[in-house]
Amino acid sequence: MTLGPLTRTLLNDRGSQILMVSVLAMTVLIPLCNLAFPEGSALHVSTYMVTLLGKYLCYALLALAVDLIWGYCGILSLGHGAFFALGGYAMGMYLMRQIGDRGVYGDPVLPDFMVFLNWQELPWFWYGFDNFAFAALMIMLVPGVLAFLFGWLAFRSRVTGVYLSIITQALTYALLLAFFRNDMGFGGNNGLTDFKDILGFNIQADGTRAVLFVLSGVALMAGFLICKAIVQSKLGRVLIAVRDSESRTRFLGYRVEHFKLFVFVVSAVLAGIAGALYVPQVGIINPGEFSPVNSIEIIIWVAVGGRGTLYGAVVGALVVNFAKTYFTGAFPELWLFLLGGLFVISTLYLPKGLVGIIGQVRNRLAARSATAQTLKTSE
Amino acid sequence: MRFTREAQWPLLTLLLTLFLMLGLSGPARAAGDLESALSELAKANFTRKSQLVDEIARLEDPRVSPVLTAFLDGALYQHKSSRAFVAFSGQDKGVNLLSGESIEGLKKRDFRKVAINNALRGKLRGIMAELQLRNPSLETRRTAAREMLKSQDAATLPLLKRAREKETDGDVRDLLAISIAQLNALHGEDDEIRIAAIRQLDGVLYPEVRVVLNKVAASVSAAEAKTGTVEAAAHEALKQIEGLISLNKTAENLYFGISLGSVLLLSAVGLAITFGVMGVINMAHGEMMMLGAYTTFVIQQAFPNAIDVSLFFAIPAAFLVAGGVGVLIERGIIRHLYGRPLETLLATFGISLVLQQAVRTIFSPLNQSVSTPSWMSGTLEINGALALTYNRLYIILFSLCVLAGLILLLKKTLFGLQMRAVTQNRRMASSMGIRTGWVDALTFGLGSGIAGVAGVALSQLTNVGPNLGQAYIIDSFMVVVFGGVGNLMGTFIGAMSLGIANKFLEPFAGAVLAKILILVFIILYIQKYPRGMFALKGRSAGD
Repeated sequence: MTLGPLTRTLLNDRGSQILMVSVLAMTVLIPLCNLAFPEGSALHVSTYMVTLLGKYLCYALLALAVDLIWGYCGILSLGHGAFFALGGYAMGMYLMRQIGDRGVYGDPVLPDFMVFLNWQELPWFWYGFDNFAFAALMIMLVPGVLAFLFGWLAFRSRVTGVYLSIITQALTYALLLAFFRNDMGFGGNNGLTDFKDILGFNIQADGTRAVLFVLSGVALMAGFLICKAIVQSKLGRVLIAVRDSESRTRFLGYRVEHFKLFVFVVSAVLAGIAGALYVPQVGIINPGEFSPVNSIEIIIWVAVGGRGTLYGAVVGALVVNFAKTYFTGAFPELWLFLLGGLFVISTLYLPKGLVGIIGQVRNRLAARSATAQTLKTSE
Repeated sequence: MRFTREAQWPLLTLLLTLFLMLGLSGPARAAGDLESALSELAKANFTRKSQLVDEIARLEDPRVSPVLTAFLDGALYQHKSSRAFVAFSGQDKGVNLLSGESIEGLKKRDFRKVAINNALRGKLRGIMAELQLRNPSLETRRTAAREMLKSQDAATLPLLKRAREKETDGDVRDLLAISIAQLNALHGEDDEIRIAAIRQLDGVLYPEVRVVLNKVAASVSAAEAKTGTVEAAAHEALKQIEGLISLNKTAENLYFGISLGSVLLLSAVGLAITFGVMGVINMAHGEMMMLGAYTTFVIQQAFPNAIDVSLFFAIPAAFLVAGGVGVLIERGIIRHLYGRPLETLLATFGISLVLQQAVRTIFSPLNQSVSTPSWMSGTLEINGALALTYNRLYIILFSLCVLAGLILLLKKTLFGLQMRAVTQNRRMASSMGIRTGWVDALTFGLGSGIAGVAGVALSQLTNVGPNLGQAYIIDSFMVVVFGGVGNLMGTFIGAMSLGIANKFLEPFAGAVLAKILILVFIILYIQKYPRGMFALKGRSAGD
């Protein structure tokens, strides 16, 4: 089988295999259940559910991007939401241009909010976004270039640890403030919304939603394989060395900043793609996505799932977001208590996250049987 | 007989003169005579009324001012049968002007209005202004004199001159002199008087003066005005005033900048301690400020009659509440996470979420109103263009006191000595018998307590709500990182320079853009100085 070499090289651990199979199954089965079975059937999955799960898959891809830099290179970015949101805005701009003259004001070129602000012509940075290929390029290029510039400056001057975390937070905060401004030309407070269609397909239709879901699943799997390939390569070993002792790696002759920069940019591009897939499914992108709290929440997905495993990040993103959807609906008062408690508990008691629990239990059992063994032999 | 006839004339003249003096322009009536003057006023014709108004104004009687105000407003009525005078303040309500009691249930048809015409109104207005300028209360005189700056009516000139001669207070005299100069500049008889008046207005910063000078200068543009003319003098004075105003604007910006800086200092200094001494990033720091602000709120709710002194109780209370919570957090959670700064960051962020939600559940998600003590409201007027608000002034002083107190604590007490020892070399300090665990707990408590105190100050500036902390936490981090960790002087300079830079950028970049520029600046600054302005050197600087 063609999967043979894949399992031998990339998916060489049980966790990754289980994750890949589950995501694959989800990607195939859920749209199938949504489209093939009629409403009311026991196997039917509602479009709302498909959209919700699609959103989670985008979050999972984002968490994966964060785990790649935090879990494997020790870069705790408190501003990764910024790359996610930039990718989302690039997609949103394409979708805005697709509305054409169907907006409230019916202007063939200008989006509604620009007509509202009395703008006469399209700002230069909106040119080209009516072309999907250009938009797709920008989805990767904008977060990538920003990450490159930011990382090049920061890593070269050896800004590390807490300082780096705080300036990444400053980055996303600055972008938050900037995108809130109406003069920026990104819809200000309201952001971009009221999308009509994507590549000619109605964005509200069940079929489009299913396709977007499949794309999110595929992107997640592809992202996972890419990350896995990176961390298992020789380059990945250097990254882990940087995480564990940056100065020692530098003294061994590695250009630490180049490795960090590479992985930071890859991570930002993945985050941008996640954002681009997220926007057509939720139907809106606004500056709130830049808020520093959102970025910290991503960190908690990774921490809860288990950092430094990649599949743990995906598990964490899915679990925490399921819990969030459930609790904010059922007990809105309790959600922040629970989320806060989760932060504290996972840092105190689950240093390896949820996926680490199995290992911890297994180790304890092994230790117990080992002591039993020693006791037996000593008798 | 001839003698008697001749002698009769002077006697008659004398009597006549006396009568005339008493009746027409005689000396002030006695205090009780307000009543008789009013009775006459009700019946007299307009010529006589004008004279009577003058007489009433000269009476040394506190009731004069309300009587004339009512007359001016057309609210002065006389009861048809009882002859009492009433000032109506509504359809059926009024005040008996002579006894001072308020009456209700009046019927207008029982009254006769004391009629007034426009000439009399104009005269009354002048008289009222003069009355206020002669008021025994200095505050009233000052307000009236300030109000008179608006007058551009040449008719008020004699009145102003009289008032100025009688005035005893220097400030009010100056104000009146400005008014007189304004009127002379506008309506002076010849150019010499006008130019002299304009010279007098040079460097006076009241906005009214600029209005007058602009009016004088308006006919000729600055370039065309010939030297020596009134217009040229006005342009010159205007130019000087503009220069002074921009200087004052700078001073005002500086004041706002320092006040923003001191708020930043208050909120960042606690963070600098926990970060500097323990290497702990306390994301719940903002929530400690929130706790301090809510403590103020609770104290004000508990003693609603003692708002003026509430802050003096709120400061120690907020310190204890926030500090106590800080010690609990340190002993319960952070203690287990030393050496893992990034994990501490996450755990404390979790705590901040819990605290926010706790406040939402206990109080409400809405903002609470915290009152400002009377001694903190109001402004300190330096000159016509520069006024400093007292609450900001007190917060600047307060933040400096907090900083000084902290420096003393660190440099002069045993606890401070132990804290510095732990900062510099934890293991060595421990070997010397310092209980580093307790020092950590108390340090964290101190940092949190100061955040609580900062919260008391913030409650006087912004809304007290569950999100109060979040608004300040990022700024505080920027200050600490910019100033350099573990250095109070760095925090002080960092806070002040960021505050001032922000306020100076605001006028031409807008508030939001100014903030963005500052953030970008800090991001770039950290590239150059990855450890901030005042980096620790040597062993303790190691990662």
